[in-house]
Amino acid sequence: MAVRPMTMIEALNNALALELERDERVVLLGQDIGLNGGVFRVTDQLQRRFGERRVFDTPLAESAIIGTSIGMAVYGLRPIAEIQFAGFLFLCMSQLVTQAARIRFRSAGAFSCPLVVRSPYGGGVRTPELHSDSLEGVFLQTPGLKVVIPSNPYDAKGLLAAAVADPDPVLFLENIKLYRSFRQETPEEYYTVPLGKAKTVQAGEDVSVFAYGAMVPVALEAARQAQQELGISVEVIDLRTVWPLDEEAIVASVEKTGRAVVVHEAPRAGGIGAEVTAIINERCLYSLLKPVARVTGYDTPYPVPGVEDYYLPTPAKVLAALRQVMEP
Amino acid sequence: MAIHQIDPGLVPFQILDPDGNLVGEMPALSPERLLYFYRTMRLARAFSDRIIAMQRQGRATTFGSLTGQEAATVGLAAPLQPQDWLATSYREIASLIVKGVPLSTLVYSFRGYTPPNWPAETRCLPYQIVIGTQIPHAVGLAMAAKIAGDPVVAVGVCGDGATSEGDFNEALNFAGVFRAPVVIIVQNNGWAISVPRHRQSAAPTLAARGIGFGVPSALVDGNDILAVYETVRQAVERARAGDGPTLIELLTYRIGSHTTADDASRYRDPAEVEAWRAKDPIARLQKFLRRRDLLSEEQDEEIGASVLAEIDAAVREAEAMPPMAPDSFFDYVSATLPPRLQAQRAELLRFVSPSPAQPQSGERH
Repeated sequence: MAVRPMTMIEALNNALALELERDERVVLLGQDIGLNGGVFRVTDQLQRRFGERRVFDTPLAESAIIGTSIGMAVYGLRPIAEIQFAGFLFLCMSQLVTQAARIRFRSAGAFSCPLVVRSPYGGGVRTPELHSDSLEGVFLQTPGLKVVIPSNPYDAKGLLAAAVADPDPVLFLENIKLYRSFRQETPEEYYTVPLGKAKTVQAGEDVSVFAYGAMVPVALEAARQAQQELGISVEVIDLRTVWPLDEEAIVASVEKTGRAVVVHEAPRAGGIGAEVTAIINERCLYSLLKPVARVTGYDTPYPVPGVEDYYLPTPAKVLAALRQVMEP
Repeated sequence: MAIHQIDPGLVPFQILDPDGNLVGEMPALSPERLLYFYRTMRLARAFSDRIIAMQRQGRATTFGSLTGQEAATVGLAAPLQPQDWLATSYREIASLIVKGVPLSTLVYSFRGYTPPNWPAETRCLPYQIVIGTQIPHAVGLAMAAKIAGDPVVAVGVCGDGATSEGDFNEALNFAGVFRAPVVIIVQNNGWAISVPRHRQSAAPTLAARGIGFGVPSALVDGNDILAVYETVRQAVERARAGDGPTLIELLTYRIGSHTTADDASRYRDPAEVEAWRAKDPIARLQKFLRRRDLLSEEQDEEIGASVLAEIDAAVREAEAMPPMAPDSFFDYVSATLPPRLQAQRAELLRFVSPSPAQPQSGERH
């Protein structure tokens, strides 16, 4: 396979172009995704290449973007809708949660909704209000909807392809900070990375760190410091699909290490960390040598840019949690 | 012509007056077709009465009365072709019947179960419970038809209450911007549970909403099946010809309570109900047909008996269908059941055994 270094933006753009090439049923819709190529340029040049019929701007109305996408998906198209920032998902919660995620259920399989909703999320880039929020935890109680969050360009491309191939709706959240933070050798050709499978980014023996999105590099940096300062071997697991979780990967790792830290930007209460902790509690409590630690955003609104760095998990915060769970 | 590019005005389009007199141009409809309309309206009313009676007997769950709205709901579905899509609320059950959804499937749904065999080929979405959410779906179906280049039209139907929802307005806007081959129909029955029409909007008509979205619109007497049929037919034709969307307001009235869980006498003046009973849509067509010698008294009685027999058979069939299995709500959450849900299903099955009525073939619904 021909590979080249790509940013996550380039990898996603490449994935979308391949989908449009591969399958006549694929259409892209959203705000500013046409000539402008999206506010982050994920859809750059796609309207020029594939035409306005298949890549088009919509009026500024999130609920109708999802609602009409459901109609298109039921009809037999493969819509990929962009919600410009994840904070705006609140404006289409009804269509996403009560309609897209339920149409297979309410029709006993007569209709389905193969829809991908892409949305940028995540903090640390000094955006205005509600442009940095992490909403994945909100969707843990949305049966029928999968939630995918890649941490690197290779996974971003392969997971997006898998999301488009999935017969059910997928919320695909793209971390804004990771969009251009590094390049990674990524194949030009089509490939998929399976949904529902976590990935061991770094194998270790003493403690498991579960993270996703922009928290994967934070966890890796903390793991490096922990190795140096505490002499411990940290296993870092990228969850990749945050709903439903890869429970087997979580349990296998904790059974090996006996200690666990969960890291995410989203608020703590009732979130992915809470669910990972509950899974450990239910399935491998007696493997635990210490209580599970959570390093997360706080249970406050996402703060304004001037103080947002204090809100976000950092390597120092993760390192402190590692120290805590490593105490004898 | 009922459809107006700009202002639908304040006078509803009418072909039959409340006494069944022809006051407009008669649409091209054969006597057989007219009798089909009449019979289906009677079927809808008897069906509504039957499900309400079954609810009182504990044989059906909550049901919203269809009475008084038969001309609107039969008339709006009649011009559709098999390839056209229909997205409705629970108040348009008669439209689904016209489009080919079997009565027994509907009865089964009102027993509190998901029909295992929803007829996707009728291109009817299952009737929507959440208000107004089906209108963007109809617009999306129409956008898809246009993208695919298919000669397919979508119809979305909601009530007057739904016009206050964001989804209705966002969808109407999309319909206009994308010139989608869609017909958006509002059954204005005067009441959203207990909230009257004037509390939904200060605008004199809901059809006028089209002006603001650049969507041609029509105001129609919704108790006049000929006016409903003819207006929707023109709108569907416009859409299929590539001339874009139409908004149609059908003025009708909910004679019954909102649902079996509601008591309209708490909030509604009986005189208002009586005034609308005088404009009954079935009686109107009946008078017209009688006067034209298209319906004898004998035939009329036969129709009454045959719709009851049809409903009896459907109820028998639906009540003979096995109940859903206790663990059936794990089916159709997603195309494949994730391990987590497999485990939860097994957890439930430690407490309940699969229904004895369940066929042994392994087929479940």
